[in-house]
Amino acid sequence: MGSITLKNVQKHFGEAKVIPSVDLEITDGEFVVFVGPSGSGKSTLLRLIAGLEDVSGGSITIDGKDVTEAAPAARGLAMVFQSYALYPHMSVRKNIAFPLKMAKMEQSAIDKKVADAARILNLTDYLERRPGQLSGGQRQRVAIGRAIVREPSAFLFDEPLSNLDAALRGTMRLEISDLHNQLKTTMIYVTHDQIEAMTMADKIVVLNRGNIEQVGSPMDLYNTPRNLFVAGFIGSPRMNLIEGEYAQAKNAKTAGIRPEHLTLSKESGTWKGTVSVAEHLGADTFLHLDVDGIGKMTARASGEFGAHHGDTVYLTPDETRLHRFDDKGLRIAG
Amino acid sequence: MARKTTTQSKIVWTVIAWVVALVIFFPILYAVITSFKTEPEAIDGFSLIPSGTFENYITVQTQRDYFKPFMNSVILSIGSTILALIFAIPAAWAMAFAPTKRTKDVLMWMLSTKMMPAVAVLLPIYILFRNFGLLDTRIGLTIMLTLINLPIVVWMLYTYFREIPGEILEAARMDGANLWKEIVYVLTPMAVPGIASTLLLNIILAWNEAFWTIQLSTTNAAPLTAFIASFSSPQGLFWAKLSAASTMAIAPILILGWFSQKQLVRGLTFGAVK
Repeated sequence: MGSITLKNVQKHFGEAKVIPSVDLEITDGEFVVFVGPSGSGKSTLLRLIAGLEDVSGGSITIDGKDVTEAAPAARGLAMVFQSYALYPHMSVRKNIAFPLKMAKMEQSAIDKKVADAARILNLTDYLERRPGQLSGGQRQRVAIGRAIVREPSAFLFDEPLSNLDAALRGTMRLEISDLHNQLKTTMIYVTHDQIEAMTMADKIVVLNRGNIEQVGSPMDLYNTPRNLFVAGFIGSPRMNLIEGEYAQAKNAKTAGIRPEHLTLSKESGTWKGTVSVAEHLGADTFLHLDVDGIGKMTARASGEFGAHHGDTVYLTPDETRLHRFDDKGLRIAG
Repeated sequence: MARKTTTQSKIVWTVIAWVVALVIFFPILYAVITSFKTEPEAIDGFSLIPSGTFENYITVQTQRDYFKPFMNSVILSIGSTILALIFAIPAAWAMAFAPTKRTKDVLMWMLSTKMMPAVAVLLPIYILFRNFGLLDTRIGLTIMLTLINLPIVVWMLYTYFREIPGEILEAARMDGANLWKEIVYVLTPMAVPGIASTLLLNIILAWNEAFWTIQLSTTNAAPLTAFIASFSSPQGLFWAKLSAASTMAIAPILILGWFSQKQLVRGLTFGAVK
C-alpha cells in the first residue's frame, strides 16, 4: 500500500511562504512526478512528505495514517537523493544493508535481501566496492538498492538523475520506469526536466511558487494546459504564445500553438517568417523565426526540411490544436 | 599569469625556510645540547658543543621520579582529549547540521574564552578546586584541561562536519537511524580524519599546558610540565638538569608529532585549502 494524502499542507521559512497551501491525493502504485522550475517548491514538498522538513500547517496521511508529526523512518518511505547520499566509508553491500541493520533484521535475512536487490540492479559484482570506486550510474543504482530493500510503501526520488550525463540519464530513466512496473509501488519523483516528467509519470503535478498549477496525466497537461504557466512549461520546444490581433480574433487574450502544430512551407502560409536559427537534430529541425506581425516563434519541422539562417518560411497553424487563454491567463474551454 | 618558479628562487626559498625552521627549533635544540653539559658548562656562556655527559639524565631519574609525572601527563592529555571529544562531537554536530541564527555567535563566544588571560580566573578556579577537593587530583586537572581546550576542539570538529553533505545524514534518518546511530554509524566514521587530527592536536595542547597544571597540582597529579618547573626551585636554577628534564618531557610528544605531522597539517588546514 502507498496512498498519500496532503491536506492544506503549508511550509513557511520565517516570513516566506514557500508552500502556501497544497492539497494532493496520490493513489497506491501511482508514479507521480512533481515538476516545476527552480524555487517552485517541488523538493520542499517532497521533503515535507519524507519528514525531513516539519510542516507549518496542514496534515500528511500515508495509507490512512496521519504521519504529520512522525519521524522520517517511521513513515515507511524510502528516498533517493540527487547526490546519491551513499555512505562513503561503507561497501556497496553495507550501504544497501544499512536500513535493514537499523531495523534490527537478522543477518541471514539481510544477506538475502541485499543479494536480491543487487541482482535486480546488476550490482552483484560490485558488492564489496566502496561508492568512490563506482561510476555515477552505479552509485545511483546503489542508492535505489538501498531504497528497495526496505520495501517501502512509497519511493521518493529527489532529482535523482540530474548528476548524470545525458546518455546515462536516458538509460536510468528507463530503468526506474521498469522498476516501477516490476514493483508496482507508489513513486514520487521530483524533477525540473519536463521530458523526464512526460516520459515517466502516470500523473504530473506542475508546481509554481509553491502552488499546484495543474495535476493530470502527461497527455492531459500537453493537450489541455489549465493556464499559461503549464502551457509554457510542458512541451519542448515551448508553446508559442501569441497576443494581439491574432489572439483577439480568436476571442482570447493569448493564443497558444505548439511548434509541432505549425505546418511549414517555402511557398505560402498564414504567416511569413525569417529563420534566425535552425537547429538540426537529425529527425527534427527546430526553426527559431522572426514572424511578421507576431514576433519570435519556434516551429518544429522534419529533419529533411532544409532551412538556414535568413531563409523565408511560411507557417500555418493547425487551428484545431490552438489553445486560448483569457486575461487572467486561464484556459478558455472549447 | 602563472608564477614562474626558477631554480634560483627555489634555492632562496628553501634557505629561508630552513633558517625560519632553525630559529623556531633552536630553543629546543639548545635545551637538548645543554642537557648533555655539566652544570658549570651550562651557565658558562653560549656553546653548542657539550661535554657529552649523561649525568643530568641519571640525576633527574634518580633524584626525582620521572615515570610518575610522565604517566600523569599521559593520563591527563588522553583523558581530557576523550572527555573533550565526548562533549564536542554532539556540540559540533548541532552547530553544523542544525544551526540557528545564533550559532556563529555561540562559536565566537566559545573562542573568545581563549582570548582571556588565564590568570584572570586563577583565583576563582583555585577556590572552586579547593572547595571541591580537586586540587592536585588527576580528575580535577582532566576537567580543567578539557574545559580550556574544548572551544578549539568544537571549532575544529565543526569545520570538519560542515564539509560532510547533510543529505548523507538525511539518508541515514530515512534509513531508520536515530540521532545516536546517525552520529555513531555515519557521521563519526566519515569524520575520522578530522577527529583524528583534532585528537592529536588536543593531546599536544594538553601535554604542553603549563599554567593550570602547575597552579593546580603539587605532587600527586603533577604532569611533566610541573616536573620541569620543579627544577627551577627551591634549591636554585639548575640549567643542565632542567634541560634534561625538558628534553625527557618533550620527547614523547615530539615523537608523536613527528609521526602524525601529515595528519596534523591536513587537520589544521582543512577547509582552507582543497
